[in-house]
Amino acid sequence: MSASHLAGHTSKGRPARFGPVPIDADSKAPVAGHWGPRPGADRAEEAGVSVRGLVKSYGAVRALAGVDLEAAPGTVLGLLGPNGAGKTTIIRILTTLLKPDGGTARVAGLDVVGDAARLRERIGLAGQYAAVDENLTGLENLTMVGRLYGEPRAKAKQRGRELLERFELLDAAGRPTKTYSGGMRRRLDLAAALVARPPVLFLDEPTTGLDPRSRLQLWETIERLVADGTTVLLTTQNLDEADRLATEIAVIDRGRVLAEGTPDELKDRVGGERLEVRLEDAAAGQVAVRALASMTDEPPDLAGDLLTAPVRRRGGAIVEAVRRLDQAGVDIEDVVLRRPTLDDVFLALTGHAAEATGDDAQEAS
Amino acid sequence: MRRLVTDTLVIAERNLVRLPRAPELLLAFTVQPIMFVLLFRYVFGGAIKTPGFSYADFLIPGIIVQNIAFGGFVTALGLNEDLHKGLIDRFRSLPMARSAVLAGRTLADVVTNALSAAILIATGLAIGFSFHTSAADALAGFGLLLVFGYAFSWVFAFLGMLVSSAEAANSVGFIVVFPLTFISSAFVPVRSMPEPLRAFAEVNPFTIMVDAMRALWLGAPAHNNVWAAFAWSVAIVAVFAPLAVSRYRRAAGQ
Repeated sequence: MSASHLAGHTSKGRPARFGPVPIDADSKAPVAGHWGPRPGADRAEEAGVSVRGLVKSYGAVRALAGVDLEAAPGTVLGLLGPNGAGKTTIIRILTTLLKPDGGTARVAGLDVVGDAARLRERIGLAGQYAAVDENLTGLENLTMVGRLYGEPRAKAKQRGRELLERFELLDAAGRPTKTYSGGMRRRLDLAAALVARPPVLFLDEPTTGLDPRSRLQLWETIERLVADGTTVLLTTQNLDEADRLATEIAVIDRGRVLAEGTPDELKDRVGGERLEVRLEDAAAGQVAVRALASMTDEPPDLAGDLLTAPVRRRGGAIVEAVRRLDQAGVDIEDVVLRRPTLDDVFLALTGHAAEATGDDAQEAS
Repeated sequence: MRRLVTDTLVIAERNLVRLPRAPELLLAFTVQPIMFVLLFRYVFGGAIKTPGFSYADFLIPGIIVQNIAFGGFVTALGLNEDLHKGLIDRFRSLPMARSAVLAGRTLADVVTNALSAAILIATGLAIGFSFHTSAADALAGFGLLLVFGYAFSWVFAFLGMLVSSAEAANSVGFIVVFPLTFISSAFVPVRSMPEPLRAFAEVNPFTIMVDAMRALWLGAPAHNNVWAAFAWSVAIVAVFAPLAVSRYRRAAGQ
């Protein structure tokens, strides 16, 4: 949550902008494909991900109802949504584990159905559903994966050691992985996905169930991979995770992309910023509401001594609000401009909160 | 094709390397069959008439065949576990030969079956069993045993892909295989059974297999049992390998 206080704003000296701002009529409507192909879509054919009209049903259950996605090479596309939204189905189709009923999907320039065999040499998969053999040691697991990529044993073993060192697992290399902690196992899982140095990496809820420290470590690892040019597609239910890692976020619910954009773009779509004014005296509430009414999108909302109002532009909003309230003789305790969080985005787009919906829909995978 | 062979060997090696680290499975291969041999030999042995053979001689080929049929359980349980823990997904996302996961499993079973049969033979020799035929016949018997065991591994591979949990694989396998092995010539002469059971026992492939083993190890009349046992093994693979592979493709694709 970013909060900008009064002092910070006046010092920027932006021109005051106020008055009625057009209401973004479709801010709550599905906006799949709204941004269209971005510059870089051509290069996505080489190392990125490009999905058009993807459809998949399990019997009568429609898991994907026409999904469009685009991830430019070297970026992170975060699929954000609750359980049952269809995120895992998308990952399974893009990693050739599942055939779509309709639509096309290209990963690293290869069709996920037609070029499935060649594609498998260019992708890595890790996360909640891909696993390691718990009766093999860390090194044996990585060596096995390397050999299944067609490498000779010695080379596979050497690559395994490299990865164990990089993921700080070298000390545990000779121990069966059932003795590993959750965080160690996830790191080994990620290492297994990286054996063949894939240009595109799929991470299905990579940090679900990890403690905060392990989660942070994994985030840093993913960030290093992206810095080295890997394209990452990750699913998450965690808004912080999407906010931190993703270049672009696709909000998914009930098999559809509700919105796609950078974290900032998505936050802007939810009516931009909110002005929060805490009054010295709640009795002055109605006076304050009248004073501010003409500078906000919607009538200000008053709850006790807290007045909130959406504003489309942050520049000058605080100065203007303070000036108006001062003229109206309303004493204020604090004025804050709060940017919407991804929680707000999710709520606005889906009509329900992001994390509390896990029980009513099982991930159709 | 070369890829299928190397990938199968990698998977087979994986299944063998992990075995000693799953002590409960190792126990199933070693201690359990020995216990059965001792129980049958000393608890039932005195009450069962086996004209022409000592009960130790009669029992060992039968109990080894039963044991080898159960050897495929490792495949059923292991595949089921791989499926639910996400390892099959990992394998399927790799550029490896599709059928290598099943082929590697069943190949590893051949090794564990050989190990477990050798333990049973040693136990048998200790309690009075002996080979009455040439070394070549005895070896041929051992080979036929492994072929038959391999065939049953495919039955269990199919079973492992079919059922929802390892527990289910266990009980379904038990319900099917246990009566099949008992209503046969494995532990008692078929002639001692009541008529309906006897009719079933005489056509039961287990009877054919056990009689083939007695021919190769004890010099009992072979009739066509050796070839018939081989033909049964081939037929079982021909039916269950495609079933298991198609089930693997479907189960893994959900």
